[in-house]
Amino acid sequence: MKYDVIVIGGGPAGLSAAVQARVRNKSVLVVSSPTADLPVWKAERIDNYLGLPGLSGAELMERFEAHAQELGVERRTGRALNAMPMDGGFFVAVDSDVVEGNALVLASGVSQGPALPGELEHLGAGVSYCATCDGMLYRNKDVVVVGKSTHAPEEANYLHGLGCRVTYVSAKAPEGLDPAIPVVQAKRLSILGEGKVSGVEADGNTIPCDGVFLLRSAVAPTQLLPGLELDGPYIRVDRNMATNLPGVFAAGDCTGLPLQISKAVGEGLVAGLRAAEYLDHQ
Amino acid sequence: MALYHFNLDGLKKAVSSGNLTMVDFWASWCGPCRMVAPTIEKLANQYEGKAIVGKVNTDEEPALAQALGIMNIPTVIFFKDGKEIDRKVGVMPPEAYAAVLEANL
Repeated sequence: MKYDVIVIGGGPAGLSAAVQARVRNKSVLVVSSPTADLPVWKAERIDNYLGLPGLSGAELMERFEAHAQELGVERRTGRALNAMPMDGGFFVAVDSDVVEGNALVLASGVSQGPALPGELEHLGAGVSYCATCDGMLYRNKDVVVVGKSTHAPEEANYLHGLGCRVTYVSAKAPEGLDPAIPVVQAKRLSILGEGKVSGVEADGNTIPCDGVFLLRSAVAPTQLLPGLELDGPYIRVDRNMATNLPGVFAAGDCTGLPLQISKAVGEGLVAGLRAAEYLDHQ
Repeated sequence: MALYHFNLDGLKKAVSSGNLTMVDFWASWCGPCRMVAPTIEKLANQYEGKAIVGKVNTDEEPALAQALGIMNIPTVIFFKDGKEIDRKVGVMPPEAYAAVLEANL
């Protein structure tokens, strides 16, 4: 099925865009990591959301999600790995699947953080963002999984099951990881290797490996969609929340400061409306 | 249909012919690979008679993928005169592949 609008990101901006596009009678798919991965989910108390002070991030998100669901917004839990324009629409790779839409709204937040030292230099040379895609290429080899999402332990288990020799590295102790997988708790990470990856330095200790799987809750926007223009670390948008690419809109934290829910919801509204208008003029 | 599905011998033959050859390394469980597939098919038709365009299923040919140092899929490798001349790792727009073919016809 080809959707009218694919929204990447299931936080306040993404759901707001989805709701607006549904109100304009567009079919909408939201691709998102599990809600528990969203920064807003972890907020204990939010006091500056107009008219609804004192709710927790989780309570607010539950309301947003119920609203979107009531309007018929479809959801897909997973990571959008790549998007590309094709025949007037877009293909979006979600883990091992591909979905199609006619317009895109990027609302993937900023939780991916900056690239690790050595990360971009080793793309295609041992750095991977997709355990499902590349796992088989590392059978019987040493790999480090850098776990930065709630899904990461599951993907590490998958790699272990394929026959990769996995070391799991994360700041906090992971939940749901196969006990056979060794865990290194570390915060400062860099990727080592001349040409190909040879190891990961974790808080000063070197872990030798052939490959590094960086499993964040979202893929950085320029990795997702080559050719997307940035403004510093954020996606460049105009007042219509349009990016430099036709049919691609962006909203929320990924477009810049302030990283606030009201701003995300407002931008999502504009992006959803403009995406619907863009489709009406096609 | 001008799109080849190579195993080790098939790829050896194509490369050793010296002709311009473009090979997409993919697997069925890889979403980005499936996304690139229509582009590869189009290019195979567009460059029929000018370049050899094919695919290698890394699941069926793991040794071949390993021998060529494939560390992510999709990876597209270009060969000419029996040697690798370029490789593109990850999803690229169709023009990126076409540009390499054009420059080496």
